[in-house]
Amino acid sequence: MRRAIFILPLLTLALMAGFFAWSLTSGRDPASIGSVMVGRPAPKLDLAALREGEPALTDALLKSGKPVLVNFFASWCTPCLAEHPLFTRLAERDGATIIGIAWKNKRDDALKWLKRLGDPFKYAGLDLEGRTGLDWGLSGVPETYLVDGQGIVRLHFRGPITERDLNERILPALKGAK
Amino acid sequence: MVAELGHFALILALAVALVQATVPLIGASRNDDRLMALGRTAALTQAFLVVLAFGALTQAYVTSDFSVANVVDNSHSAKPLLYKISGVWGNHEGSMLLWALILALFGAAVAVFGAGLPDTLRSRVLAIQALIGVGFLAFLLFTSNPFERVVPAPADGNGLNPLLQDPGLAFHPPLLYLGYVGFSVTYAFAIAALLEGRVDAAWARWVRPWTLAAWCFLTLGIALGSWWAYYILGWGGFWFWDPVENASLMPWLAGTALLHSAIVVEKRDALKSWTVLLAILAFSLSLLGTFLVRSGVLTSVHAFAQDPARGLYILGFLLAVTGGGLVLYAWRAPQLQGGGLFQPISREGGLILNNLLLCTLTVTVLLGTLYPLFLDLLTGDKVSVGPPFFNATFVPLCAPLFAALCVGPFLGWKRAELWPALMRLRVAFVVSLAAALIAMTMIDSRSTLAALAFGFGVWLIVGSLWALADRLKQGTLRTTPRATLGMVIAHASLGIVVLGSVATSAWHTEVMQTMKPGDRLSFAGYAVQLDKIEQVQGPNYVAERATLIVTVGGKPYTVLQPERRLFTVQRRQVAETAIQTNFLRDFYATLGEGDPSQGWVIRLYLNPLAPWIWLGAAFMAFGGFVSLSDRRLRIGAPRSSKTRRPAAQPAE
Repeated sequence: MRRAIFILPLLTLALMAGFFAWSLTSGRDPASIGSVMVGRPAPKLDLAALREGEPALTDALLKSGKPVLVNFFASWCTPCLAEHPLFTRLAERDGATIIGIAWKNKRDDALKWLKRLGDPFKYAGLDLEGRTGLDWGLSGVPETYLVDGQGIVRLHFRGPITERDLNERILPALKGAK
Repeated sequence: MVAELGHFALILALAVALVQATVPLIGASRNDDRLMALGRTAALTQAFLVVLAFGALTQAYVTSDFSVANVVDNSHSAKPLLYKISGVWGNHEGSMLLWALILALFGAAVAVFGAGLPDTLRSRVLAIQALIGVGFLAFLLFTSNPFERVVPAPADGNGLNPLLQDPGLAFHPPLLYLGYVGFSVTYAFAIAALLEGRVDAAWARWVRPWTLAAWCFLTLGIALGSWWAYYILGWGGFWFWDPVENASLMPWLAGTALLHSAIVVEKRDALKSWTVLLAILAFSLSLLGTFLVRSGVLTSVHAFAQDPARGLYILGFLLAVTGGGLVLYAWRAPQLQGGGLFQPISREGGLILNNLLLCTLTVTVLLGTLYPLFLDLLTGDKVSVGPPFFNATFVPLCAPLFAALCVGPFLGWKRAELWPALMRLRVAFVVSLAAALIAMTMIDSRSTLAALAFGFGVWLIVGSLWALADRLKQGTLRTTPRATLGMVIAHASLGIVVLGSVATSAWHTEVMQTMKPGDRLSFAGYAVQLDKIEQVQGPNYVAERATLIVTVGGKPYTVLQPERRLFTVQRRQVAETAIQTNFLRDFYATLGEGDPSQGWVIRLYLNPLAPWIWLGAAFMAFGGFVSLSDRRLRIGAPRSSKTRRPAAQPAE
């Protein structure tokens, strides 16, 4: 009995080490806070176009048979500035279809911002009140969703996308879904 | 050429460490003097070689030698010299080399100052120290070689992580490592004691200075980290229960427990197996911290150097060190015989209470830190454990610890009476009660708990000083042992830290407002005007800088210029807060998001007693150093000190 007490620290260590090894080999990402959207049909899309004279954005855009990226942005958001070049590259080099939605942003401000930095968005919508953002479970800007051709959300990024997200997750998903 | 020299020195160091880890161990078991003597030579040689390697890497950084990959990744020729030097350890490879350097230097220190140790004990300690060194040197050479070259060499480097380009963080890692690695020596002593099968007062006298030194550095390292978080993260807080902070807090708590239990072994020959266990755990928790920070199993502000492959190596190493130690412990510790008997109410009893509470605190932090990981793996649920959990568990546990802290020094060894000790503290009790009442009625009547905690802070200061006053009745300050002085300083400083943290967390005033240039607001008796917002171009960042003009009663008081920096290469935003302090309170301003049409978010805080948190921590470490300078503990002090030990602890 007395001996068992002296073995206790060792057993505790074994238990902890088991969890650590499991964690390291499972490939989990502790930084992701998860998303309830992934694997579900995308919420409805019904928005006025950002650019004058373009048709409104509808659900049909999400079920075209081709995967699309949906990016919520705003001209007042600095991290959006950081991820912007990646979207430009995605559109120009990889031919991705990107829907940009200006969230809680004045039309003129958003258009000026896009004019200054370049406009990678095939379709652009305006969500001035933030209602669509609410439907999509947005916690802030920027956030990016990848919707497959059947209208199911496959990826959800909170915060700016990075080079690594692009190479390891977005590009494979775009290719795989085609 | 110099880089190759460093690389070669590192390889040689590994070879020497392998010899040092085996030969003296064999010598100790065979009682062969010549084999044992090799331990000292090897320890000195290994230290020399690692210093050479570290010097080579430093040289590459200082001269901006961009043919070395590590320098390219973490330095830039336009960086100030300070950050060129701190860049050496501001990355994974370099920090591991720094770790190996401190490890080897401490090994050499044991070799130099350990002349008074029994030969077998010294040889075993040096061998264990070298065994740990083998782990780090092999890790460096096989997975994280800092001397790798790039061909062709680029014209300039990529620069250092912007968060690390800060004087506070330049010295944070070395101090922290001095603490972590210091515990490797106590670990080595614990393992050697288990191998020898004996733990005695002489052993404890050797373990205590090492624990003290490690503890002092760790205290300074943690304080520096917390100070950095306070002024760079811009949330007005000083401790966030982030996994990285917890990782350094756990060894500190275990080390504090060890510091106290070693006294019992030294003076009373009791608590032996417990002290040995604590010595193993203090170092294991240091390694655990390294593992958690670098493996990426938990998220934290230290996103740098995360890599699951390295995580597996460190996990293996952690298992070997801790697992090996604990197997030996399970096997040999039951044979360690306790000596002195004592009553529950006694100095020993008080120190045991201290140990129990400190260990419970350690376990609380450990559970809070790892719980999200466990839950995520078992159920897939994502949770984060933050301040609410720790406020509900950690803080209440501190109350009995603080309450007992001042009473302990008034209890005699072996057997004591509680009531007389309490009576001697009655003045301290009355003063702290008054402080709590004043806090409750005059400062803030909403939080009784904060007022109570404030009273505890005062209790710690007055109660500790009272112990000193009590002592001075029998002698002068000069005749009081330095160990006692150190204890008083450290205990009272803890009170200063408590006062600072309570006042800052409970009684700060804050305001958050969207302001446009020209807007004014009044805040806690100050009139604040946002004068202008300007774009500033830094060497490797662009920043928005706000100029806030603060006036009191129409007279200019101060100007604060908080910034928000966007580091273009790393795409990282860093807030640069502006703080004006008068050592009784901090006026703290941060600049948030904004644009010209809607205005900028400005946050202002008035943090009462905030500077005391770090001043207190610095004093605490100072107390540790004072205690370390005690003649009785002085490293290398003649062993006759045993006879000079005051016989002033009457048994009955």
